Amino acid sequence: MSAVVHSPTGGHADHADHAHDHPHGWRRWLFATNHKDIGTMYLWFSLTMFFFGGVLALGIRMELFQPGLQFWKPEFFNQLTTMHGVIMVFGAIMPAFVGFANWQIPLQIGAPDMAFARMNNFSFWLLPPAAMLIVISFFVPGGATAAGWTLYAPLTVQMGPGMDLAIFALHILGASSIMGSINIITTILNMRAPGMTLMKMPMFVWTWLITAYLLIAVMPVLAGAITMTLTDRHFGTSFFNAAGGGDPVMYQHIFWFFGHPEVYIMILPAFGIVSQIIPVFARKPLFGYASMVYATASIAILSFIVWAHHMFTTGMPVTGQLFFMYATMLIAIPTGVKVFNWVATMYKGSMTFETPMLFAVGFIFVFTMGGFTGLILAMAPIDIQLQDSYYVVAHFHYVLVAGSLFALFAGTYYWLPKWTGHMYNEALGKWHFWLSMIFFNITFFPMHFLGLAGMPRRYADYPLQFADFNLMASIGAFGFGFTQLLFLYIVVRCIKGGPKAAANPWGAEDGGLEWTVPSPAPFHTFETPPVVK
Amino acid sequence: MTVFSRFAVVRAALAASLSGAAGGAVAVQSKFNLAPPMTPIANEIYSLHNMMLIICTAIFVAVFSVMFYSIWKHRKSKGAVAANWHENTTVEIVWTVIPFIIVIVMALPATKTVVAMKDTSNAELTIKVTGSQWKWGYDYLRGEGEGISFLSQLATPAAQIEGREAKTPTYLLEVDNPLVVPVNKKVRVITTANDVIHAWWMPAFGVKQDAIPGFARDTWFRADQIGTFRGQCAELCGKDHAFMPIVVQVVSAEDYSQWVSGKKQQMAALADDPNKTWTKPELMARGEKVYQANCQVCHQASGQGVQGAFPALAGSKVVASKGDQIAILLNGKNAMPTWKALSDVELAAVSTYTKNSWGNSAGEVQPAEFKAARK
Repeated sequence: MSAVVHSPTGGHADHADHAHDHPHGWRRWLFATNHKDIGTMYLWFSLTMFFFGGVLALGIRMELFQPGLQFWKPEFFNQLTTMHGVIMVFGAIMPAFVGFANWQIPLQIGAPDMAFARMNNFSFWLLPPAAMLIVISFFVPGGATAAGWTLYAPLTVQMGPGMDLAIFALHILGASSIMGSINIITTILNMRAPGMTLMKMPMFVWTWLITAYLLIAVMPVLAGAITMTLTDRHFGTSFFNAAGGGDPVMYQHIFWFFGHPEVYIMILPAFGIVSQIIPVFARKPLFGYASMVYATASIAILSFIVWAHHMFTTGMPVTGQLFFMYATMLIAIPTGVKVFNWVATMYKGSMTFETPMLFAVGFIFVFTMGGFTGLILAMAPIDIQLQDSYYVVAHFHYVLVAGSLFALFAGTYYWLPKWTGHMYNEALGKWHFWLSMIFFNITFFPMHFLGLAGMPRRYADYPLQFADFNLMASIGAFGFGFTQLLFLYIVVRCIKGGPKAAANPWGAEDGGLEWTVPSPAPFHTFETPPVVK
Repeated sequence: MTVFSRFAVVRAALAASLSGAAGGAVAVQSKFNLAPPMTPIANEIYSLHNMMLIICTAIFVAVFSVMFYSIWKHRKSKGAVAANWHENTTVEIVWTVIPFIIVIVMALPATKTVVAMKDTSNAELTIKVTGSQWKWGYDYLRGEGEGISFLSQLATPAAQIEGREAKTPTYLLEVDNPLVVPVNKKVRVITTANDVIHAWWMPAFGVKQDAIPGFARDTWFRADQIGTFRGQCAELCGKDHAFMPIVVQVVSAEDYSQWVSGKKQQMAALADDPNKTWTKPELMARGEKVYQANCQVCHQASGQGVQGAFPALAGSKVVASKGDQIAILLNGKNAMPTWKALSDVELAAVSTYTKNSWGNSAGEVQPAEFKAARK
């Protein structure tokens, strides 16, 4: 795709340049303006939240291990499901992708740093206070919000002060996301190395550019919805209260106008990571680069006109149901194009299966299952039967865990040598993949059956015919949870030492500019821009 | 479509024969697949799902056999040498157009079903379903049985939920007063709610409709088999979301008429004379029952409420006052729903009960006062 003709590091291969030394100790992190340091902080933050959200998930699966109430009161169970969702979506998956963006986008486009280095610092440091609000909310009277991560009115009006803390936390996280997106868009549009036209950008950069636009478009919409919730709760407004002329369903329209693009915000960068990894390990160029870009853009545009497929059971008119059904089904086409592209890239390649490739291939296989259940759910009549059942829970965990999370793992293993300068332990990486893959399916595959058979989601207790599959899902969940400790171990071990990583450890031909700088990537890179032919 | 439909019919027949032992009284519970369909709409949904499952599985197998073939053949360890081709406009157009055609083929039968599901005209019986935390209210609005009205709550004892007793087969799927409808009659269901959003889900009928406070929505079903069918609330509605099941008994036309006349007699016997003056012990005894059935879930048996969510009634200023409490009971406030649906006697009784329990001592209220306050 591109070739580099220049000294990649602009003559600063050694660590800090003496004229521009950076603070050390805690100041290095608190006052960080370096995209690599900020990226690292984002990644550690999201990993911490991932484990926190994971513990909540295990709390859910513990209670659902067998019928009856054993561990929690239903009101606390609802807090667990709600906060598991909020934390995983806003605290783990989204910041993790921003961490990847911080590390990789400047390295991939040959820029010395992000466009707005201090705003970058601020958008990271907004995250810990938001996380603290979320944690504190468990300890206020009434506990954390238990209205589901979708925070539907008017249930939100019944919640205690934990609801207000969650609203503030989401506002802060939203502000952080908007700033991050402005930074990413500005960086990509203005700071690409000479010769790197838009259609020569690596796929990860492309997908993030589109994602950043989605974020800027929809995060304010979420802020609006939760602000209206706040004023309904405390200042006597009736946005979502029929008695005062409002409409509870309007909340859902506003929320899902944010919520549907949001799910693509969490998957498009994952597509980008997978599109980078597959060609490198297949030793063959991406089959259709241009069509991948167009497919990503199509998915992003379609994401704005499908929101009400989350609301088929609210009772829409026939025309509404049909429009949202057709529009949703259309998304299957660009998504299909992507899967075909990945498979065609692998076909006639010369493949090896190191951990990044395993996770990328695993992603395609399992994510596609989630894609198909999405198509099945898009059919309004079937959706009316399956809405709010465990089938939906299975579907979105197939796309968010096997989709976004597996892609994040793939990306971590792929770029870890660049970040740390060491190779991770390949054998342990493979164990991590296989255990994750197996336990993931033990956990979530039975949920399809539970949903079809009629088990509603967000239930603290369930009828007896659902007992067997719930037991199986709980066993799988604990296996999956403990497997992730292995990931932590592998990463820490790789940071501390390990075989020295070459500048281009995967032997990527035209794999991107990041492989032209030494490993670990020096503190400052591309101070003189490389030239891309 | 016929192949898929036939499969559904076989399933339904199988389910009927399995439940035949109990005289068709209890429909078989599903474990792997959609509940055996008992209405024409549920049948169509069942066939649509089968069709989708088969098409999607076929595509999945086709795509991934290519992937696993290349994983097997085109690996470096087997000496595979990478080709260098990429971009092929013809291929790319083909794999965009073919999915488009498949999607249209899927959408056609679904469209037919959507239109049929939304057609609630010409119903023979209309029932209003009201969701409230955490029970269902049924009002027969039009058709045979018009005027019948009752509440339906979970019948599973707490001892089973907390594991102190063995769980029965209908654990969490049993109610005190099931909804009773005649077989082969079009029943229109109008949903609404008192407090938060609930959803009335009857899997065997292919019906799920959100019950939205302040709004009415409708759906319909025509059950074509006699039996007892069970469903649950499907929209998160607070702490006891999992504990407000739905049970529908589908009965023959004669049994239905009999049930209607029995129910009407029962309701007449229960009706109170609002002009009677009640004694305090009478009000207290009645009030305790009303409290347990309606108020206790939030305000707790101890009258202490739940901190941060539901206010305590013990020592409450509102409870001590006369006018404020009557106004809140009738009109609701924030999370507190309106209790207009209770009778004047029930309201007076529960008001008196809260005024004289948990250390409160604030006199008594007579039904006539609520009658006057309703205007």
